[in-house]
Amino acid sequence: MVDKATEIKSVKVDGTPARGSFIQAVAAVVWKDLRAEFRSRELFSAMLVFSLLIILIFNFALELDVKTRRSVTAGVLWATFAFAGTLGLNRSMAIEKDRGCMDGLLLAPVDRSAIYFGKVISNLIFMLIVEVIVLPVYSALYAINLFQPGLILVILLGSIGYVSVGTLLSAMSVQTRTRDILLPILLFPVAIPVLLAAVKASNGFLTGAEWAEILLPLNLLIAYDVIFIAVAFMVFDHVVEE
Amino acid sequence: MITVKKLVKRFGLKTVLRGVDFEVQPGEFVALLGPNGAGKTTFLRILASLSRPSLGQIRIAGYRLPDQAAQVRARLGVVSHLPLLYGDLTAEENLRFYARMYGIPHYEARLTEVLEMTGLEARRHDLVRTYSRGMQQRLAIGRAVLHDPDVMLFDEPYTGLDQDASSMLDDVLKTVAAQGRTVVMTSHDLARAEDLATRFDILSRGLISASASSAELKQTNLLSFYKQALAG
Repeated sequence: MVDKATEIKSVKVDGTPARGSFIQAVAAVVWKDLRAEFRSRELFSAMLVFSLLIILIFNFALELDVKTRRSVTAGVLWATFAFAGTLGLNRSMAIEKDRGCMDGLLLAPVDRSAIYFGKVISNLIFMLIVEVIVLPVYSALYAINLFQPGLILVILLGSIGYVSVGTLLSAMSVQTRTRDILLPILLFPVAIPVLLAAVKASNGFLTGAEWAEILLPLNLLIAYDVIFIAVAFMVFDHVVEE
Repeated sequence: MITVKKLVKRFGLKTVLRGVDFEVQPGEFVALLGPNGAGKTTFLRILASLSRPSLGQIRIAGYRLPDQAAQVRARLGVVSHLPLLYGDLTAEENLRFYARMYGIPHYEARLTEVLEMTGLEARRHDLVRTYSRGMQQRLAIGRAVLHDPDVMLFDEPYTGLDQDASSMLDDVLKTVAAQGRTVVMTSHDLARAEDLATRFDILSRGLISASASSAELKQTNLLSFYKQALAG
C-alpha cells in the first residue's frame, strides 16, 4: 500500500500570487460549494422552505386589497430574502468551520480574498435560485406580476450587496460559539442601507414610479455594492486570521 | 529548513509561547512533545501561517513568516486531528478541489498516485462522510502531500484512531518521511514518536525545555527523558 516512494516533481507549486491562480481558486471554491450542496441539498432546502413559509404567513396575515397589497410587496419580498439569506450564509460558513475545512482553505497558497469571492459567488447563486422559485409563488399568491426587468435588476443588485457583506460577517461570526444568533445581530444593522435602497427601488418599479424617483435608490444600491465588496476585499484576510 | 528565533505568542494577557528557539534541518523528523496546554498546537499553527506571532522571527524553506506566507504555504503540508475534508464530496473530488486551490498543473495523475499511496484508490468515488476515522486521516495526509511539500506539520495525527488505523497511519507517515521531507509532529504518544522521529523536543510552559536526537536517546529511553525535561 505505502511502499511507493516515487514522486512526480512537476507538481511542486511556487506560491507567488498570480492572476490565473486567483481565478482558478475562486472557481474551485464555487465548484466545491455547488457540488457539495447539490449532493446534500441541506442549505438550499432550508432556505427555500423558510422563504415559502414566510410568504405564506404574510399572505394569511395581510389580507389586503389589491392596491395595498402592491404597496407592501417590496417589503415582504426583501424581508423574505433577508431572512432566508441569513440562514444560507450561516450554514455556508458553518460547513467550512465544523470539519476544520476553513483551515484547509487558508493553507492554500493563494490570496485569501479568492476564498471570499468564491464564497460570495456560491452564496449568491443559492440566494438567486431561491429567489427565482419564490417570485412565481409570490406572484400566484398575491396576484401581482413580478417579472419586470427593472425589478429583477434590483433583486440582483440587492442580493449582491446583501451576500457580499453577509459573507464577510459570517466569516467573523462563525468563529464564535453563538454564531447562529450573532450573524443576524451583526448583519441586519449593517445591511439596512442595502435593504432600504432595495425596497425603495423595488417599490418604484412595482408602482410604476417616475424614473427619476427610482434612480436615486438604484444608484445607492450600486454604490453600496461597490463599497461592501471593496471593504470585504481589504479586510477578509484579517477577519479569518487568528 | 525551519528556523524560529525568540517566538512569542500572546492571546490578550495570556502568553502561550515565551521566546521559543527552534531549528530543524532538511530531512529531519522532529517530535514535539509536551503536556496539554504547553503551546504545541499554537506553535504549529504559527508555523502553518494560520496564526500570527506576537514577536520573533520565523523562516521556512528560506521564506519569512508572516510576510511571505503564500510562498511558505506552497512548501508546507499540514495534517491536524481534524481531517480538513468535505464529507459531501468524494475522496477524488476533495483532492481535485485542493489541487486546484494549490494551482497544481496536470493534477489528474497526481490524484491517482496519492490515492494509491494512502490505500484509498478502490474507494476514490465514495463520499468522505462514509469513510472511517482512520480512512479520513489517511486521506487527510494525501491532501497534505498533494502538492509535494518540502515540510510537513502533523498536529496530533493519531487522535481518535483505533490500533489498526494507527498502525496504518504509521506506514503512511513512514512513507512520507522516507521521501525526504522535513517533518514536525506533535504527539502525546511517546512510543509512536520514538518509533518515527529522529529528534525529540519538549515544549513546556511556552519554551523548548529539552532536545535530544534518537542517537542521544540510546543511553536512556524517551519516557524518562520526557519526565526529566518536564521536572526540570
